[in-house]
Amino acid sequence: MGKTLLDKIWDAHTVRVEEGGRCVLYIDRQYIHEVTSPVAFAGLERRGIGVARPSQITATADHNIPTENQHLPIEEPQSRHQVEALAANCAKYGIEHFGVGNPRQGIVHIIGPELGFTQPGMTIVCGDSHTSTHGALGAVAFGVGTSEVEMVFASQCILQTKPRTMRITVDGELRPGVEAKDVILYIISQITASGGTGYFIEFAGSTIRSLSMEGRMTVCNMSIECGARGGMIAPDEKTFAYLRGRERASQGEAFDAAVARWRELYSDPDAHFDKEYHFDAADIAPMITYGTNPGMGMPIDGTIPATADAKALEYMGFKAGERLLGKPIDYVFVGSCTNGRIEDLRRFAHLVKGRRKADGVTAWIVPGSKGVEAQARAEGLDRILADAGFALRQPGCSACLAMNADKIPAGKYSVSTSNRNFEGRQGPGARTMLAGIAVAAAAAVTGRITDPRELFEF
Amino acid sequence: MAIPKFETFTSGAVPVEVENIDTDQIIPARFLKATERKGFGDNLFRDWRYDASGQVVATFPLNDPRYDGQILVAGRNFGCGSSREHAAWAIADYGFRVVVSSFFADIFRNNALNNGLLPVCVEESFLREIFDEIRRDPHAQFTVDLDNQRFTIVSSGHSVPFEIDAYKKRCLQNGYDDVDYLVSISDQIRAYEASRR
Repeated sequence: MGKTLLDKIWDAHTVRVEEGGRCVLYIDRQYIHEVTSPVAFAGLERRGIGVARPSQITATADHNIPTENQHLPIEEPQSRHQVEALAANCAKYGIEHFGVGNPRQGIVHIIGPELGFTQPGMTIVCGDSHTSTHGALGAVAFGVGTSEVEMVFASQCILQTKPRTMRITVDGELRPGVEAKDVILYIISQITASGGTGYFIEFAGSTIRSLSMEGRMTVCNMSIECGARGGMIAPDEKTFAYLRGRERASQGEAFDAAVARWRELYSDPDAHFDKEYHFDAADIAPMITYGTNPGMGMPIDGTIPATADAKALEYMGFKAGERLLGKPIDYVFVGSCTNGRIEDLRRFAHLVKGRRKADGVTAWIVPGSKGVEAQARAEGLDRILADAGFALRQPGCSACLAMNADKIPAGKYSVSTSNRNFEGRQGPGARTMLAGIAVAAAAAVTGRITDPRELFEF
Repeated sequence: MAIPKFETFTSGAVPVEVENIDTDQIIPARFLKATERKGFGDNLFRDWRYDASGQVVATFPLNDPRYDGQILVAGRNFGCGSSREHAAWAIADYGFRVVVSSFFADIFRNNALNNGLLPVCVEESFLREIFDEIRRDPHAQFTVDLDNQRFTIVSSGHSVPFEIDAYKKRCLQNGYDDVDYLVSISDQIRAYEASRR
């Protein structure tokens, strides 16, 4: 019987299998950031051991950092301490570190692909659940805890049970106004926030193939929001074209040789998946969430289901059976490892061009990396945004998890292009509605939940 | 470096009868700024234990003096969301040694096991039985037997098996730690690296 893409990569990285099935899995690249690494470094210290393969680790500061005035010291002492600790640990162990102000700095899941570190066929981990993003390039990439970060420091391996395999196939042409974020919010709304638990997803089908690399990253990014360990897409010509010439990818003949190997990375036609889902692109509308987990999503013009969780609706201040269209909103957040790439900023700028931000709406437009920020400025997106009343901030995780000063106040409504709408995620008491770029743009210029198809031409 | 050895024990339980408890609820992101692993138990379920003005929410089970013990019982899909190991640290630091639910998120399960915190996954119907038992008697006792992989409601004697993989069971029983193990097989890992070149 044939092998799935996961089987091919996983098996090639299995050093040995323990009694009970846990695999000693070799990790090609580990990304680290300031929040989930310090205790792992402290563990090495206590054991009196070093980092086994520092050249296979890449560090950046993203979770805690301010998104304005990054040339100044971080005001909040604990955040500053964490960011400084990362720099000191990286210097001590010889790990390449892109700190605040470095032109390669950015959200860890944005810079990995952008700089060409992330490549097809690799195993990749990071102490962050959205590591699944890198699966868009045909890598096995997943989030781990700090103990596992320490395991990779110490040995370049982790102990891991091989997940079951799931294939989600989406076929057909997306309807006008529908984007990658809507595809993944739709999938999670169908299979629920725990429907992928225990599985590693391969996204397939003509709709997935038609997405840009940025769109594929948005889809794979949110695999964890249905509970899956990771999500991946078999590499193809788009993947190779995306990587060609990237700084840390191989160059010239070496790159061509790599592409020849990467062409073998696909699930065999007779491969067995433990679970399969099929969706039709025509069924997908612009999406929005009404509740407190990413599975509580619906079409923008839909009504909140009668069966919706009462605790979630109470937190959100919504009632079952009502529409969200027309409801006033307070904040719009564009950014995060889900929607902070150049294509996202282009789409938002294109949609708001010639319009004005609604009075009373606070909008945070946060590029995912210094690279994205520079590209946006080079393309003049910052001026288009400024003309419409929006400011481009500096890169970081920002209001996605509100570890820095970008917090949504209690009780306020936020339309957010990030990945989680949990209680308090964007600040204590904040009420988050997850959506794609078009829904965020429509909310930003109208001050209300608005169907982007009624407002913009697609 | 050893983790505490896990031995059979009997204790009361604290019921948090909520489904899909994500790690942002277990420990909100604003409490992840420490660079040392200590004190996370103080902020376990912070925004459910305390209201916006910092007042204790008396109805939340962790604040209810009737409940006591080393077992946390919670609704299905416990520990979903962020990979932050701080969630497992907070639960362990608070004094829990076992979490019982009918479904655990993958990353949380690994994080818990790596910290000597045992996730016990039971059928939904048995989970209800546990909640009912605690409602009937808030001081109800439960026995967790890792060696025989059984969870028992003491008063009724109703006992169910639970799953744990053989490697992790051995680690918990003996207080072994994965990092030590991986370092001990570094020759094999280096041989694997050489074979790929």
